[in-house]
Amino acid sequence: MTQRALSTPPRLPPRSLRASVEGNGSSVDRAFGAVGAGAAGALGLVLVGVAASVARIAWPSIQATGLSFVTTSVWDPSRGTYGALAFVFGTLVTSFIALLLAVPVALGVAVFLTDLGPRRLQRPVSSLVELLAAIPSVVYGLWAALVLAPILRTTVQPALAAVGGPLFSGPNVGFGILCASLVLAIMLLPTIASVSRDVLRAVPADLREGALALGATPWDALRLVVFPHARRGIFGAVLLGFGRAIGETMAVAAVVGSRADISPSLFAPGYTMSSVIANEFPAASSELHVAALAEVGLLLFVVTVAFNVAARVLVARSREGSPRASQAGAGSGGAA
Amino acid sequence: MTAVTDSEASLRLRGARAEGGAEATAKMSAADLSAWFGDKQALRRITLPLIERKVTAIIGPSGCGKSTFIRCMNRMHEVVAGARTTGDVLLDGKSVYGADVDPVRVRRRVGMVFQKPNPFPTMSVRDNVLAGLRLSGIEPPDADALVEEVLVQAALWDEVKDALDRPGGALSGGQQQRLCIARCLALEPEVVLMDEPCSSLDPIATAKIEELIHDLRDRYTIVVVTHSMQQAARVSDYTAFFYVGELVEYDHADVIFTKPSDPRTEDYITGRFG
Amino acid sequence: MTPELESAYSGRKLAARAAKTASSVAVGLALLPLFAVLAYVASQGARALSVAFFTEPIGVRGAGMANAIVGTIELVFLASAMGIPLGIAAGLYLAEYASTPLARAVRFSADVLAGVPSILVGVVVYAVVVVWMKQFSAFAGAAALAIVMLPLVTRTTDELARAVPDSLREAALALGAPRWRTAIFVVLRTAAPGIRSGCLLAVARVSGETAPLLFTAYNSRFFNESLFDPTSTLQVQIFTYTMTPNDDWHAQAWAAALVLVALVVVLNVLARRVLAEREPA
Ligand SMILES: Nc1ncnc2c1ncn2[C@@H]1O[C@H](COP(=O)(O)OP(=O)(O)O)[C@@H](O)[C@H]1O
Ligand SMILES: [Mg+2]
Repeated sequence: MTQRALSTPPRLPPRSLRASVEGNGSSVDRAFGAVGAGAAGALGLVLVGVAASVARIAWPSIQATGLSFVTTSVWDPSRGTYGALAFVFGTLVTSFIALLLAVPVALGVAVFLTDLGPRRLQRPVSSLVELLAAIPSVVYGLWAALVLAPILRTTVQPALAAVGGPLFSGPNVGFGILCASLVLAIMLLPTIASVSRDVLRAVPADLREGALALGATPWDALRLVVFPHARRGIFGAVLLGFGRAIGETMAVAAVVGSRADISPSLFAPGYTMSSVIANEFPAASSELHVAALAEVGLLLFVVTVAFNVAARVLVARSREGSPRASQAGAGSGGAA
Repeated sequence: MTAVTDSEASLRLRGARAEGGAEATAKMSAADLSAWFGDKQALRRITLPLIERKVTAIIGPSGCGKSTFIRCMNRMHEVVAGARTTGDVLLDGKSVYGADVDPVRVRRRVGMVFQKPNPFPTMSVRDNVLAGLRLSGIEPPDADALVEEVLVQAALWDEVKDALDRPGGALSGGQQQRLCIARCLALEPEVVLMDEPCSSLDPIATAKIEELIHDLRDRYTIVVVTHSMQQAARVSDYTAFFYVGELVEYDHADVIFTKPSDPRTEDYITGRFG
Repeated sequence: MTPELESAYSGRKLAARAAKTASSVAVGLALLPLFAVLAYVASQGARALSVAFFTEPIGVRGAGMANAIVGTIELVFLASAMGIPLGIAAGLYLAEYASTPLARAVRFSADVLAGVPSILVGVVVYAVVVVWMKQFSAFAGAAALAIVMLPLVTRTTDELARAVPDSLREAALALGAPRWRTAIFVVLRTAAPGIRSGCLLAVARVSGETAPLLFTAYNSRFFNESLFDPTSTLQVQIFTYTMTPNDDWHAQAWAAALVLVALVVVLNVLARRVLAEREPA
C-alpha cells in the first residue's frame, strides 16, 4: 500500500469522485494536524509539567524554609533542618573544575577532527569520541568508584598534597570533589568536543580556503579566521557542557562522598544537587524532606534551563545551515 | 619516465607555438597533470604553460575542470578530502609538488581569488587587506600606507577610504571581490589565480575587475578562469580551452577566437554547446 | 619570499606543528579514559559473568541478574512504544508546520527538555504516576524513560523531515495527494533511514539511563509479575552494588556493566549502520 503510493502514479478517480476524495482528505488533514499538534503540544506540556509538578511538591519546603534554603548549608533531615547551599556549592565547584579540565582537551579533539588531524584518522577518532558519550553514566560511576578513586587515594592525591595549599589538603579517601570533577570532565568531553566540531565544520569552507590561499598554515587559519567566526558557537558548546555537568547524576553520586559540607579542599567529600536527590529521595523520611529535595530539584531545573537556553541560542546561531549537525549531538548524549 | 619526456617536449612545442617564435618564458607550467576527487578524474594529463607577466584565460563549459586546474597550481586542490594529483606543476622551473616543498610557501607566491568573494567577515576592510601579512605573523610598520597602496592598485580606494573600519562583509559584491584581490596583492605574489572572479557580479563591477586585470598584467602573471568568451577575448593574451577534463586547445587569444584549430573549440566559442 | 616573511614563517611553522601535536595529545587524553573504562568493564565483567548471571534472579550471594536483564529490556520496549510514535508524530508536525509560532515554541521546549537533568524527570513521574498509583512500577519507569526519549526522537524527526526538499512535497501535492499522505508517505519515507537511526540512538541512550528509574521503577529482587509492580533493572542494580562495600557484589556490578555496555554499543553500531546504508559514499 505504501509501496504503491510511491512507485506507481496514483490512478485518478473519476471526476465526480475527486471532490469527495479531496473533501475526505482535508478532514483527515485536519485530524493529522490535530494529532501532530497534540503530540507537539504534549511535549511543551511535559516541560511546563516538569516545572509545575516539581514546584508543587516543593511548596511545603519553600514555605517552611524561605530564603534560608539557599543561604544555609545545614542539611539534617532528622531534625528537619534544610539548607541547600552545600549542594549548590558542590554542584558549581565540580562542574567548574570539570569544565576547566574538559574544555581544552575537547577543543583539541574538535580541531583534530576538523582541521589539524590526519584525514584518515578523523573518522575513527570521531566514532570513538561518540562511543565515549554512549557509555552509561552509571558505568562511569562504577569505574570511578572502584578504579579511579583508589588511584586518586594512593597516587594522585598524595602527590598533590605534597604541593600543599588549602586546595590539596584534608582527608584523603579518594572519594570527594576531585574525583567527582574528574569523572564529570570525562563525561563532558564528548559533548563539548562533538558540538564544537559541528560548529567548526559549519564555518564556511571558503573562509578557510581564503586563509590557506593567502599562505596561512592550518593553525593560522584556525586561529585568525575560523575561531573568530566560531567563537559564539564554541562558547555555546561550553555552556551546553556546563548544563550537562550540573545535571549529571549517577557517576557523581557514586564518588562525590555524599556529605553536605562546604570545604576549600578538593579532597573533601561533598554533595551535589542531583546526587542528593538520587540518594535521599527514594527513602525520604518525611513530607518536608521530600519537599526539600524537590526544592533542590527546582533549583536544579532553573539553573539547567537557563544554561541550556543560552547555549542553544548561541549554538543555533553559529551553525545555521547545517541541519545534520545537531542530530549527531542530540543522539549521542550520555545517559545519566 | 617516457611520458614525462613526451609531455616536456609537447610543452616546449606548445610554448613555442604560442609565442610564435618570440621570446617568452613560462612562469608556471603544468606537466602531464591529472587530478582526482576520490575515484572521479577531473583533469586528464594537462600540459600547459602560464607565460610570465601575461594573462592566460581558461575557458570551457562548467564542470570541465577549470577550477580544479587552477587549484592544482597553488596546491589548494589537496585541501579537499579525497583529492589527489599526478604529474607535476613547475614554478620557475621547480616542482611545487616535490616531497620537500611546503604548500604554504607555494601559496604565498601563487595567490588566489575565489569565484565567490570571501572577505573575512569578522575583520574590517583594513584588516582584510592586512590579513595575509597578519596570517604570516607580520605587522607591517607602515600599515596605513600599504593599505592605501594596495587598495589603489585594486581600484577600490576611492570607494572605501572612508569605510576602512567597517566589516569586510558590508561591502557590495563587486567591492568585496576587489577587496579579495587587494588582500591577495598585499602579499606581492608572483602569480595571481582568479577563478571566475566576475561570475557573481553585475556588469559595472565586472568592467571594473576587467580593467583591474588589465592594469595588473605588467606586474603579475595572471590566470583568469571564465565561462564568458567575451571576457576571455577582452582580457587575455593566451587562452586555453578545456573540455571534460582535457586541454583541447591553447594558443594566443586572438588565434583561439578567430581561427581555432579544433572543431570542439570552434563549437564552443560560436555557442553551439556549453 | 622576502627575508622578513621567511623568518616570520619559521616561527609560524613551529606554532603549526605545536598545535598539531597538542591536538593529537588531546585526542590521546580523551581516549585514555575510554579505553580504561572499556578495558575494566570487559576484563572484570568477563571474569564475573556466568550462566547463572543470565538465569538466576538477584538476591543470594553469587546469584544472577536475570530479573534485572528482563527488567531493562521490558522498560526499554515499553518506553520505546510510548516515546517513539509520539516523538515521530510531534517531529513530523514540527517539520510540516515548521514556521508557525507554535512549532517554534515546541521545538525550543524540546531542546530545553533534552537538557533537563533526567533525575528531574524521575521526580515528576514519581509525583504524578507513583503517588497516584501508590506504588513504584515498571510502568512508571517506562514513562520516565519515554519522556527522556521524547525530545530526542522529536528533534531528529523534525530536522530530517525538514531536510526533505520541498520539491518532493510539492510533487506529491501536485498529484493531488492530501497533506497528511504527503507527510507520511513522502516526507516520512524519504527521511526514514535517518529517523530510524535517530530512534536507535535514543533507545541506546535510555537503555543506560538510571537516574529517572531510582524512584519510579525502583528495584526488586523478583521477576515482576505485572507492569504495575516495581522492577529491577541492570542500571539501578549496578548503582546499588557500586555503593556497597562488598567484593562479590562489585563483581556482579562489573558483569552487569559489561552486559549494559554491550547492549548500548550494539544499538549505537546498528544506528550507524542504518545511517550508512542511506549514504553510500
Ligand atoms: N569537491 C568535489 N568533490 C567531487 N567532485 C568534484 C568536486 N569539485 C569538483 N568536482 C568535479 O570535478 C569536475 C571539475 O570541476 P571544476 O573544476 O569545479 O569545474 P569548473 O570549474 O570547470 O566548472 C566536475 O565534474 C565536478 O563535478
Ligand atoms: Mg569552477
